[in-house]
Amino acid sequence: MTDFPRTPPRYSATFTPAINAEIRRAAATGIYDIRGGGTKRHLPHFDDLLFLGASISRYPLEGYREKCATDVWLGTRFAKKPIHLDIPVTIAGMSFGALSGPAKEALGRGASAAGTSTTTGDGGMTEEERGHSRTLVYQYLPSRYGMNPDDLRRADAIEVVVGQGAKPGGGGMLLGQKISDRVAAMRNLPKGIDQRSACRHPDWTGPDDLEIKIMEIREITDWEKPIYVKVGGARPYYDTALAVKAGADVVVLDGMQGGTAATQDVFIEHVGMPILACIPLAVKALQDLGMHRKVQLIVSGGIRTGADVAKAMALGADAVAIGTAALIALGDNDPKWESEYQALGTTADAYDDWHEGRDPAGITTQDPELSKRFDPILGGRRLKNYLKVMTLEAQTIARACGKNHLHNLEPEDLCSLTIEAAAMAGVPLAGTNWIPGRNGGF
Amino acid sequence: MQTFDLGAEGLRALNSALHALKGQTNMTEWEVINPKGAHAIAAGVDAPVDITVRGSTGYYCAGMNKLATVRVKGSAGPGVAENMMSGTVIIDGDASQYAGATGRGGLLVIKGNASSRCGISMKGINIVVHGNIGHMSAFMAQSGNIVCLGDAGEALGDSLYEARLFVRGTVKSLGADCIEKEMRPEHYAIVEDLLRQGEADTKAKPEEFRRYGSARKLYTFNIDNASSY
Repeated sequence: MTDFPRTPPRYSATFTPAINAEIRRAAATGIYDIRGGGTKRHLPHFDDLLFLGASISRYPLEGYREKCATDVWLGTRFAKKPIHLDIPVTIAGMSFGALSGPAKEALGRGASAAGTSTTTGDGGMTEEERGHSRTLVYQYLPSRYGMNPDDLRRADAIEVVVGQGAKPGGGGMLLGQKISDRVAAMRNLPKGIDQRSACRHPDWTGPDDLEIKIMEIREITDWEKPIYVKVGGARPYYDTALAVKAGADVVVLDGMQGGTAATQDVFIEHVGMPILACIPLAVKALQDLGMHRKVQLIVSGGIRTGADVAKAMALGADAVAIGTAALIALGDNDPKWESEYQALGTTADAYDDWHEGRDPAGITTQDPELSKRFDPILGGRRLKNYLKVMTLEAQTIARACGKNHLHNLEPEDLCSLTIEAAAMAGVPLAGTNWIPGRNGGF
Repeated sequence: MQTFDLGAEGLRALNSALHALKGQTNMTEWEVINPKGAHAIAAGVDAPVDITVRGSTGYYCAGMNKLATVRVKGSAGPGVAENMMSGTVIIDGDASQYAGATGRGGLLVIKGNASSRCGISMKGINIVVHGNIGHMSAFMAQSGNIVCLGDAGEALGDSLYEARLFVRGTVKSLGADCIEKEMRPEHYAIVEDLLRQGEADTKAKPEEFRRYGSARKLYTFNIDNASSY
């Protein structure tokens, strides 16, 4: 028989090995995949934008001589006691329950040392976090786990959570493995059961009700606290406008890269919009209402570097929030635990089964033995370092653009590497003056 | 008796005065006149005072109440006594939807009917309703008791956790994972006590009630139960 060259095996671009593996897993188990984190797919993102830097028309600031301020005020619209942060990088809401007590303590330590805020999460306020966070934002969630007026009053701000980027329109689930005695007591539920967090608030529906709910919270807290409204990246123009109408001091906008402790993979990957597409629409809503910079905008979802911070702010955000990046700074997914990640059937930098409570790094767990591995003092120091680096990086870029405050960055400082990102961000494709979609509505 | 004219002095002044009572109790009797359906009346009170509202209230009357007794001489809008921690709230008329939502403690008495989602996500509050309760009442209710002297609407106790539901009349339908359970002596005692506290002991007897609670089949996700959700 003649030995002709054979057609090499060719994988389908539709039925990839990963897709096929998921089909087999679903067929074997009968249940969808649940995981933590945000979307893992490729999306138009801040990496697709570049800063132009200074040139003849605008001059730069000297890197180590001329000041580039980074502070931000939040809640200046109605609150008697608005928040003043040294840096515009905040820590996003992550629950005690999803995270260990020491991990919450470390977030508080690191954020306070860097001059920024942390945020509670579904499950209530812990002493670890209140005690170590100079500025603590208390989330008001549909589940109302742990909600009480005393904690409302000892918070520095209150964040009414309507949705989050990983799962706009979805609730939460803390699986029984992570329900320790303490978590169960805080949530007023039996130990060891799967704890569902509702997707809607129990006592209001729609923007008119939200306005009354915000008014009630202001009354309970004597109009002292800034009230944030957090929305997932679904309909950012209208959600922002409605949050402003409802009386928010601050709008928190979370794109689909934003993480979650646990939800269905199909939800994470197929619902919501990337943060790059969300920011310009939210900013436009604020501008159309004459409220840009009066109602502050915090954006989150895939913020990793000072460049991301600077780009988000150039597009009009007042501050950003980080969640996944903060966990990595603490030590999550560190390759030093590789052998244990392998034993769990995964690898460092890909571990996302946070809901199972077996985190080798001891961060996303309630297992007392695993939690002992995590040193909250060291973790806090690492987070502080990381926040400082992000700030320095953002300042470096801002000075190069001739800006003496991060808030002075503007869309005109940016160009885009791709047509998609140019259209989403509303900045010109590099080397052109073309902004796809402009003059044609949005 | 302190009389506060809400129409003249405004909500902020009222709640500010009531919040200032924390830690001192020499002004224990309050009367609020001209409420005219205002929202958040007596929200966030944290003192053992007695507040009588002469008229109907809007949303979230007595929200997050601690220690106070709030009496509404009219009907209450949505979310009355939401997230109440302790104390007593008594509504002479009807209550709109979400009455006692997420309440953690204390007693809510509704002498008329309660609308939909009464006791939604309740976390320890006791609720006594002299009339009927609407659909989806006690949805995801975690703990505490509802005593309903009248009928319950559709999907009572859907996705219920450990709250106990006592209904004297008919139940249009039970929600997912909610089943009828045996009335044991301790349950008769609970109902008897709550009827007395809820000023309903002359209207009904414990033995007239049936008990509903969680089947606990949905406590841990199981694909075989997917059709129940």
